Amino acid sequence: MRWVNRHPRQGNRILLGALPILLLLLLYLVLAAQRHAENPMDKILPLPGSMRDAMAALLFQADQLTGQFVFWADTVASLQRLGIGLGIATLTALVAGLVLGVLPPARATFGPLVTAIAVIPPIALLPILFIALGLGETAKVALIVIGIAPVMMRDIAAHVSDLPREQIVKAQTLGASSWQIMIRVALPQAMPRLLHAMRLALGPAWVFLISAEAIASDVGLGYRIFLVRRYLSMDVIIPYVAWIAILAILMDGALTLASRRAFPWAHGAGR
Amino acid sequence: MSALLSLRNIWVEYGDKIVLEKVDLDIEAGSFVSIIGPSGAGKSSLLRVVLGQEVPTRGTILLDGEPLTPECGPDRGVVFQRYSVFPHLSALRNTIFGLECAKAPLTARLFGGARRAAAAEAEEMLRAVGLGDALHLYPAQMSGGMQQRLAIAQALIKRPRILLLDEPFGALDPGIRADMHALITRLWRDYALTIIMVTHDIREAFTLGTRVLTLDKRRHDPHAPHRFGATAVYDLPLRRTEPAAGEDVADDASPQDDEEAIGNG
Ligand SMILES: Nc1ncnc2c1ncn2[C@@H]1O[C@H](COP(=O)(O)OP(=O)(O)O)[C@@H](O)[C@H]1O
Ligand SMILES: [Mg+2]
Repeated sequence: MRWVNRHPRQGNRILLGALPILLLLLLYLVLAAQRHAENPMDKILPLPGSMRDAMAALLFQADQLTGQFVFWADTVASLQRLGIGLGIATLTALVAGLVLGVLPPARATFGPLVTAIAVIPPIALLPILFIALGLGETAKVALIVIGIAPVMMRDIAAHVSDLPREQIVKAQTLGASSWQIMIRVALPQAMPRLLHAMRLALGPAWVFLISAEAIASDVGLGYRIFLVRRYLSMDVIIPYVAWIAILAILMDGALTLASRRAFPWAHGAGR
Repeated sequence: MSALLSLRNIWVEYGDKIVLEKVDLDIEAGSFVSIIGPSGAGKSSLLRVVLGQEVPTRGTILLDGEPLTPECGPDRGVVFQRYSVFPHLSALRNTIFGLECAKAPLTARLFGGARRAAAAEAEEMLRAVGLGDALHLYPAQMSGGMQQRLAIAQALIKRPRILLLDEPFGALDPGIRADMHALITRLWRDYALTIIMVTHDIREAFTLGTRVLTLDKRRHDPHAPHRFGATAVYDLPLRRTEPAAGEDVADDASPQDDEEAIGNG
């Protein structure tokens, strides 16, 4: 049988997917054990025990200076920045994408501007943001928004203007105005695409968040990673990176689920 | 009887390509006009111009003696070969949409009693096209024939002066196409419709129409084929043989007999 025709069954698929991850973990353990056999003080590949100890301090002991549980404070601060940034970007992308996608004059006027903004590397704007908005929360959120909104906006606008011409004409023969076409024809059909765009934007959003936190912050997951880097604290960095990965996977899963639930018609029918 | 729709000296050009030249037509209320012609002759272009989707390069179109506004409106309904229904709305909501647009300019949604009245009207229309059992299905759950029935119901609920059909049954299987012929004939008679239908099926044109128009080029310039446009080269009035009573009564009460609704999950 050809390989293109071999479809693993549900149970086997989970097993197959877990295999490489387990192998990588095993490889790490072997390498770490080897290094520790040679040098018990090795910091580059910490053993699970030392990661647990280091994280326990951050998870369960209040910081002497601030009185906060560092890990949780970092998580809350980062998620808040990410959430606000993603929220503002999504809303902007939806409104602008609809207007650009539905109204040809708006597309002709603002399309080039959006394209121009989208090609600027957002990190290059970070100094401008820090100068203009200070080193506080606003600049970090602004970086996320500027980093992901233009791409999302273009995606939604393109998706909306690619709706079959027949649909838009049909809506007009049913008496729909531009506004009614926007809210009843374009908006609902843009929503699944918007959730998809959010999923794709999550990756870059994390990059911009961690960059901003690395450069100017006093709390946050990215800030912590770059702070403890000075002490080669891989026993903190590795669990933090794993935690970021878990958060990202959870958000991705939640968005997929939300789209399936809210827009069954976009996922191959079903009610 | 004076003409419902009049085309006077209509020209359609794209750049220096002349698609239609000097089309003069009078269409009577209550007629069923079939338009045939070779592919690329400009049949769809003619329909788009009548629909208001495009403005003719030259000429005037009169509807009830008034010049047409160069924009689509509820006085002209349309069914395309594909993409005529909204994929994100159930059959019932697809049909209510036309009523909501007229009655709720700002929200395009109806509530309470107004909504129930609109839903009842839409349901009746869906029953008339044989979709009484499919009110809550999404288009993706329907067969091609059911989607076209829905597109027709959606258009008819606005009571258009003219119904324009662009190869509406072109993508359907032959058996289902026969059902659709019976349906459109019944609707044409029951609702006293005026229909212009583009088709590439000559038999369909002659069985359904009360008049068959052929669009083609009168003149050919072999060195510059794009410099001459098509016009109505044949215009045949037909006396439609009324089907004997009972012949198409049992036509389409339940389309699901031969067209299964696909995927319910
Ligand atoms: N928007 C357009 N721009 C340029 N040429 C077009 C456009 N629309 C249609 N045409 C041309 O006009 C001719 C007639 O098209 P159409 O009306 O779709 O033909 P039919 O429906 O009879 O097959 C074709 O040669 C087509 O290429
Ligand atoms: Mg055509």
